[in-house]
Amino acid sequence: MSAEPSLLAPIAAEPVAPARTVLMRLVRNPVVAIGGTVLMLMTLLGLFAPWLGTLDPTAINPSTRNRVPGFERTIRADDGSTTTFKHRMGTDSLGRDVYSRVVYGARVSLLIAVSVASVSIAIGLVIGLIAGYVRPLDGVIMRFMDGLMAIPGILLAIAVVSLFRSGLTAVIIAIIVPEIPRVVRVVRSIVLSVREEPYVEAAIMAGTRLPQLMIRHILPNTIAPLIVQGTFIAASAILVEAILSFLGIGIPPEIPTWGNIMAEGRNLFRVFPHNILYPGIFLGITVLAVNMLGDGLRDTLDPKMAGR
Amino acid sequence: MSNAQTPVLEIAGLSIALPGGGDRARAVDDVSLSVAAGEIVCVVGESGSGKSVTAFSVMGLLAKALKPVAGAIKLEGEDLLTATPQRLRALRGDRMAMIFQEPMTALNPVLTIGDQIEEVLRIHTDLGPAERRAQVLAMLESMRLPEPERMHASYPHQISGGQRQRVMIAAALILDPALLIADEPTTALDVTTQAQILRLIKDMQSRRGTGVLFITHDFGVVAEIADRVVVMEKGRVVEQGPAADILTHPQHPYTQMLIAAVPSLKPADRKPALGPLALETVGLAKTYGSKTLFSKARIVHAAKDVAIRVRRGETVGIVGESGSGKTTVARCVARLMPPSEGSILVPDIDIAKLSEGRLRPYRRKIQVVFQDPFRSLNPRRTVGASIVEGPMNFGLGAKEAMQRARDLMALVGLQPNALERYPHQFSGGQRQRIAIARALAMEPEILIADEAVSALDVSVQKQVLALLADVQERFNLAILFITHDLRVAAQICDRIVVMEKGVIVEQGATAQVFSAPAHAYTRALIEAAPGRDFATGLAAVDAVQA
Repeated sequence: MSAEPSLLAPIAAEPVAPARTVLMRLVRNPVVAIGGTVLMLMTLLGLFAPWLGTLDPTAINPSTRNRVPGFERTIRADDGSTTTFKHRMGTDSLGRDVYSRVVYGARVSLLIAVSVASVSIAIGLVIGLIAGYVRPLDGVIMRFMDGLMAIPGILLAIAVVSLFRSGLTAVIIAIIVPEIPRVVRVVRSIVLSVREEPYVEAAIMAGTRLPQLMIRHILPNTIAPLIVQGTFIAASAILVEAILSFLGIGIPPEIPTWGNIMAEGRNLFRVFPHNILYPGIFLGITVLAVNMLGDGLRDTLDPKMAGR
Repeated sequence: MSNAQTPVLEIAGLSIALPGGGDRARAVDDVSLSVAAGEIVCVVGESGSGKSVTAFSVMGLLAKALKPVAGAIKLEGEDLLTATPQRLRALRGDRMAMIFQEPMTALNPVLTIGDQIEEVLRIHTDLGPAERRAQVLAMLESMRLPEPERMHASYPHQISGGQRQRVMIAAALILDPALLIADEPTTALDVTTQAQILRLIKDMQSRRGTGVLFITHDFGVVAEIADRVVVMEKGRVVEQGPAADILTHPQHPYTQMLIAAVPSLKPADRKPALGPLALETVGLAKTYGSKTLFSKARIVHAAKDVAIRVRRGETVGIVGESGSGKTTVARCVARLMPPSEGSILVPDIDIAKLSEGRLRPYRRKIQVVFQDPFRSLNPRRTVGASIVEGPMNFGLGAKEAMQRARDLMALVGLQPNALERYPHQFSGGQRQRIAIARALAMEPEILIADEAVSALDVSVQKQVLALLADVQERFNLAILFITHDLRVAAQICDRIVVMEKGVIVEQGATAQVFSAPAHAYTRALIEAAPGRDFATGLAAVDAVQA
């Protein structure tokens, strides 16, 4: 009789925390790296706006209205000394510095992106877990979600904004509501497939109670897809905010947001395109960066791609 | 056709490099074999032996990461490794064809059967539509498919798995290729279907003089159809020769081990278990109904009137083909799904209708070992966390639970310090040991093994079966063993329950069921077991050494 293969055959490789290898793959992915870097720069831009050679973004100056980019203005300080300020992106029809408004506008856009993504994911996650696991509620919840999805997001947002007084919170709520069904769908489909996995059934056989079952065995499977979904929500939130502001029902016009700047420049667009051009470029780059980050994350976190 | 001197296929010194980071440098290392016209050559080996890679390299279907680095593959004298992609494409289908393990995924779901077979003719011949159709119908006829006309117009989902595999074979053989490569073509099929397909392949091959390269892991299948056998281990050919020689006088220790590990169809001697009753089902039934607003309710009886008794220390096997309801019964007993009718006594309380909350104390008495060792452990948690989860749910302290896990790891033959590792760092057999340890951690009275060894290689299967027998004796477990494999059932079960279409057709002591099957279906199952006449198990090897 031959020797049987050893029972204690060597166990493969050193224990590697899966999280670290994922992080390494992320950093090596050029799409993630570019998207992340651009986003990081935008965040820094927003955070350090006061120190980046900006003026007060709300200061009106009637004498220098609608100046083209590169116009130089002399500012007289209280003590009589003068400095020259160069309006790199020109001024708008109230004489406000467009460059300063664009830089400060990054704050609002990014704040909205982050808060909308995190809140809609948190709410959608809870509803999705319930819909996926509690069979009797599934039909009711999902039909309601289908109803929400049937209404165009912008319309729904306009309706929500008109219910509240317009302002940052109202805009954030207005953008969150239409995003929730998308998160619920993703979470529910994951729960439906994972709950049939033998390891979940093994946990049920081990007497694991429902909350633990959810947290330990089901929830972790939703993290990667939700991170990806989150980036897409963030990108669309920035856009929707800009659209709402552009339509004049978003953030009050004195607060600099990219949407507001463009709305303000709309009337004189043919004569002074810079009012729309610069915030448009920033908006485009930011949304592109967030989408790149999302695409890269999806490719890297998708288990099917892991072996590549 | 090729003359008798040049073999249809000749592989000489073939080596295929694996990309870096693998457990070995070469997927296939210096492999030489040949297939003559009208000959069936079986390539046998366990998972990872390189048998499928060899087959795919012949077809020129290797994944890009795998590169042949040495040797030659000659089809009727023409080297395939140096052939242009155009030439390879012309040869595929015309001179060589392949059939796969999973006939469903190998067929296009949106084309009819007829279209798919005709496609081969359309690409490789100048036949007109009427001639093509006639030829396809004749081929379907010779595959013994019922109603060739209807079959021609059917879509893959409308026909059974066995019929799909026949269609695949028809498509492969329609141009009369010199070489047919069959990659585990019967592994996904039920035994009775498998027997028919094997007979068909053998038939077609001898009638047309096709050379067949048949990849399998199953020595029963080898005994059934092989003329010659090539045994592969870790990318190398360790032994080859005529089937009769290899099966009865294996020379290489690996071949001897493989053949010895194949469970024998002759039931092992077993003492009747006389322990107290652990589990009894009475009139257990599970029905699925799909009632919609617009159609009449369609009721499917997945299991009906199932009565099974299992004693402590006894192993009761439920055998049957897919759709027989054996897994439904197991899942009902485990209360992973509620039964529609009947009671489940363990042994004095009926758990069939208990709510989840009232059921919880009884959960620990019944534990399950699942089929797929790659999915039954949470990939995100260490195996230690998986093992201690159950005991800690029932109030055991973390320290005591870890100690119990360490003891159990040693008991199932793994290093206790491996508790910190993640499931992907273990092999399939090791994971199945961990799954058994996890079940034992609950100190159950009843263990349900749902095809628990079906996904494992024979040598590993043998070890896991030995482990199950060992823990049964140690903990006086009642085991409900669900399997489609009669060989495994013959070796491990005290009693056997045969199910067909949701109903028990026969049950009795293993030896009695095998020697004097009462029901026609049981007889059909036993007769269909591949390589029935081939004496396997230790006896064969002992006979050689004597």
